Amino acid sequence: MRGPAFLEKIEAAFPGAVAGTHLEAIDPWVEVTAEKLLPVCRWLKESSDSRFDSLECITAVDWLEPDPKKAAKVTWQPHTEIVYHLWSTVSRVSLVLKVKLPRWKDDLPGSLPAVASVAGVWRTADWHEREVYDLSGIEFTGHPDLRRILCPEDWEGFPLRKDYQMPLEYHGIRAK
Amino acid sequence: MADFLIFTAGLPEWLAWSVTAGVAAFLVLNVIAGGALVFIWAERKIAARIQDRLGPTRTGGRFGWLQSLADGIKLLAKEDLMPAGADGMLFKLAPYVSFCASFCAFIALPFAFDFVGQRLNVGVFFVVAVLGLEVFGVILAGYASASKWSLFGAMREAAQVVSYEVPLGMCVVVPVMLAGSMDLVTIAEKQSGWLTNWYLFHDPFTFVIFWVYVTCAVASVNRAPFDLAEAESELVAGFHTEYSGLRWSFFFMAEYGSMFLVSALAAILFLGGWNGPIPLAALLGFSAGTGDTANYWVRLVGCGNLMGKATLGVLVMMWVRWTLPRLRIDQVMTTCLKYCTPIAALMFAGVMFWQLLLPGGLIRGLARPAGEIREGWLEGPGGRAATLRPLPLAAPAAPAPTPAQPLVSKPSLSWVQP
Amino acid sequence: MASLTNDDPRIIEFDVRTDEMLVNMGPQHPSTHGVLRLVLRTDGEVVSELEPHIGYLHRCAEKIGENLTARQWIPYTDRMDYLAAMNMNLGWALVVEKLMRHEVSEKARHLRVLIAELGRISSHLVGMGAYGLDLGTFSPFLYAFREREKILDLFEETCGARLTYSYITVGGLTADLPPGWLEKCEAFLDQFEPVIQEYHTLLTTNAIFVKRTAAIGVLSPEMAIDYGCSGPVLRGSGVDQDLRRDGESIYTSMYDGYAFEVAVQKDGRYPRDHIYPAVPTEAVLGDCWHRFFVRMLEVVQSMDLVRQAIDRYSACKGSIGEPLKLMEKIPVGDAYLETECPKGQMGFYLVGDGSPIPWRVRARSSSFSNLSVVHELCRGCLIADVPAIVGSLDIVMGEIDR
Repeated sequence: MRGPAFLEKIEAAFPGAVAGTHLEAIDPWVEVTAEKLLPVCRWLKESSDSRFDSLECITAVDWLEPDPKKAAKVTWQPHTEIVYHLWSTVSRVSLVLKVKLPRWKDDLPGSLPAVASVAGVWRTADWHEREVYDLSGIEFTGHPDLRRILCPEDWEGFPLRKDYQMPLEYHGIRAK
Repeated sequence: MADFLIFTAGLPEWLAWSVTAGVAAFLVLNVIAGGALVFIWAERKIAARIQDRLGPTRTGGRFGWLQSLADGIKLLAKEDLMPAGADGMLFKLAPYVSFCASFCAFIALPFAFDFVGQRLNVGVFFVVAVLGLEVFGVILAGYASASKWSLFGAMREAAQVVSYEVPLGMCVVVPVMLAGSMDLVTIAEKQSGWLTNWYLFHDPFTFVIFWVYVTCAVASVNRAPFDLAEAESELVAGFHTEYSGLRWSFFFMAEYGSMFLVSALAAILFLGGWNGPIPLAALLGFSAGTGDTANYWVRLVGCGNLMGKATLGVLVMMWVRWTLPRLRIDQVMTTCLKYCTPIAALMFAGVMFWQLLLPGGLIRGLARPAGEIREGWLEGPGGRAATLRPLPLAAPAAPAPTPAQPLVSKPSLSWVQP
Repeated sequence: MASLTNDDPRIIEFDVRTDEMLVNMGPQHPSTHGVLRLVLRTDGEVVSELEPHIGYLHRCAEKIGENLTARQWIPYTDRMDYLAAMNMNLGWALVVEKLMRHEVSEKARHLRVLIAELGRISSHLVGMGAYGLDLGTFSPFLYAFREREKILDLFEETCGARLTYSYITVGGLTADLPPGWLEKCEAFLDQFEPVIQEYHTLLTTNAIFVKRTAAIGVLSPEMAIDYGCSGPVLRGSGVDQDLRRDGESIYTSMYDGYAFEVAVQKDGRYPRDHIYPAVPTEAVLGDCWHRFFVRMLEVVQSMDLVRQAIDRYSACKGSIGEPLKLMEKIPVGDAYLETECPKGQMGFYLVGDGSPIPWRVRARSSSFSNLSVVHELCRGCLIADVPAIVGSLDIVMGEIDR
């Protein structure tokens, strides 16, 4: 299911959707372009043979090395990666989708990168996207109710970003 | 006692009555307060034993018997809080309303023949009515607390009260009908003799209605599974969420007082009151009703009998509380209105017909020759003369008017006179 | 003057109008299982809308994980689902092993099954007891804790801790069992088996309990899958999925050779391998009663698995092997693994960058997804049903807020 034949099907249904693959990884993953994410997800849930009817997890990984010494050694460019773990309760297979986004939209620090929300496809995504927005600062366009979920609503910054600085105080409470 | 003070001690009438009232109030208050302390301790021990725990073990040396007192002192020392938005007067008034209702009902509750604060010829009516007033305390507390949870508790209580009062009233009417009197002393005296004379065993209908009464009585004192007004897992603590310290303990005392009261009422109405299962006193040649001082002991034993039965009832309530989950408010109303009320009504009709056909109970009724049944019909239970006789108030139940009669007919509660 | 019609705006003024009320249930409330805040919009006793607010127990576990080595993070997994800390340890240990392509010894494998299933029993006991508490009966809670205490005693002997064990670790377990432990465990199981019937009497078949739970909070299988529900919540809706059987091979291989049947209703029947009461007629698949019942069945099932694990473990010779070093380097790459924890499928995601410290860790909480469906279940129910429904989801806030 997770072999090249599957990729061909995605490619055939959505030309240009697959931006990269890594099939020999421990959890083989498929990279999807941010623009095509929503239709691909809908297709995966409703039309593909394995019917990925369950979204298990959404994770945002911030690829940024804040330490300039180490940053000189890394091979990748700073970016944010959103990882979708899908699962099919019918055929009991899993699939990993990844979407690469810039860390900031148009490289303007403070403007959040955006990707289409899949909350309309799997309702699990509702809370998971809120959590990713809350902690990693990703804007999910089309999300029904995008606001912070774990942190207080007036919290500043996105804690799971690598360059996050803990505020000195929060409403008079010493935080550092 | 008033007679004694007036005739023997020579006190003026008003003083004699005041002293009598004071003594009665003192005794009753101590029965409630002392009873509450004992029952709170018992509840903790019983709950603990049911749950495989030990409960209090150290306070007061052994068995933690002073635990309730320690709790009481703790409650006294606690800060008396009132929410900022609360309606101060009502908030403070509510616990006393509850407690007073529970306390007042004890006035008319006889503990043994003539051991009664004020014997009323409408005793049943009085007790049930005054007990119903306790609800006002709960509703006031819920309303005045300015807390949404308390308000929910109050509204639930209001909904609950309309559903259980109806069947409860019907259950209570059955012994009244059997005894032909609303006087609690008369009702209990009618059940004297052997175990079979108890109204519980009067006929199959009374047996059923006793259990209906038990259900409604548990509902009326807000005990599990009907403790919806406080429902700690849903409404935090319901109507007394915002109460602390002594005010809270008044609710607590009222609850235990009411528990004892409904149990005692059950004992009087169905379980023979202060009459033991075997008419030991009668067999030995004593009679509680003669007013003889030597027979005071018989009454004391009777008092112990009633207390024992009532305590047993309270223990059963505790047992039920620690065993069953809580019903939902709509289920409580369904239980009371859809099941208890029709059952009570049917049983009421059943008892009525039974009383017409086999008066005097199952065993005596069946043992009677057939010819007598008609007589019973005409005469009514206990004979017509007994029901027509004016009942003296707070006096030894002398069948004939005594010289004290004019005095006795002058109590402050003149509105309950026949 | 024209006669009034129904859509005349003046008509409304004559109607008896009731206001809806917003009530905060929690974060300090006896039956929200921790610091969960539910905002209820109620019309009298009827809840028209419910919104959960979470985050009161957020402890930045994922951020902390980016600053610790894989083994150092294990105590933090303990504090997620603190009622089933062994299962949390196992989930994290397995995902690190998956990324490192490490396999534990046969003996350690059986010991892990043994410990994990005991952990499941203890977690379900709390879930069951606390559910009784939510419905207003106190005693089963203490009966459950009495038995759980014995399991904690057993755990204490293995690792010295009673709540946060950190016993199962990357590459094995921190220590082997002390001598005589297996006998004690067997004695516990023998003693525990008849106790389950007590629970059935007090709760499962109790008329009031059935009235309060049957046909309340019905969760359809489609909705359960859509919201990512898992564990007993999912199986209570009749979805036949248990990761111990259906999961990834690194996890299912742990249970190779173990005989167990997934506790789920199939064709209107639950697997009948033990004596248990019949399903009451008023219960609907997916309601609170079924979620509760699945947990009760899993207790029996886990007992069975523990017995099997004891046999297999004692048949293994040798040692359980050494755990990996504290500063063991994590290879470049990422791995995600879900395990069947008592509350549901707990997933851990690990991204390594070649150093001993993970680049990113992520915990996918089962209770988090299970709770996200609560507003659907509570729509239109009574206030008294809210604790019944929330309790039947068996959530632990430590795991939701992480």
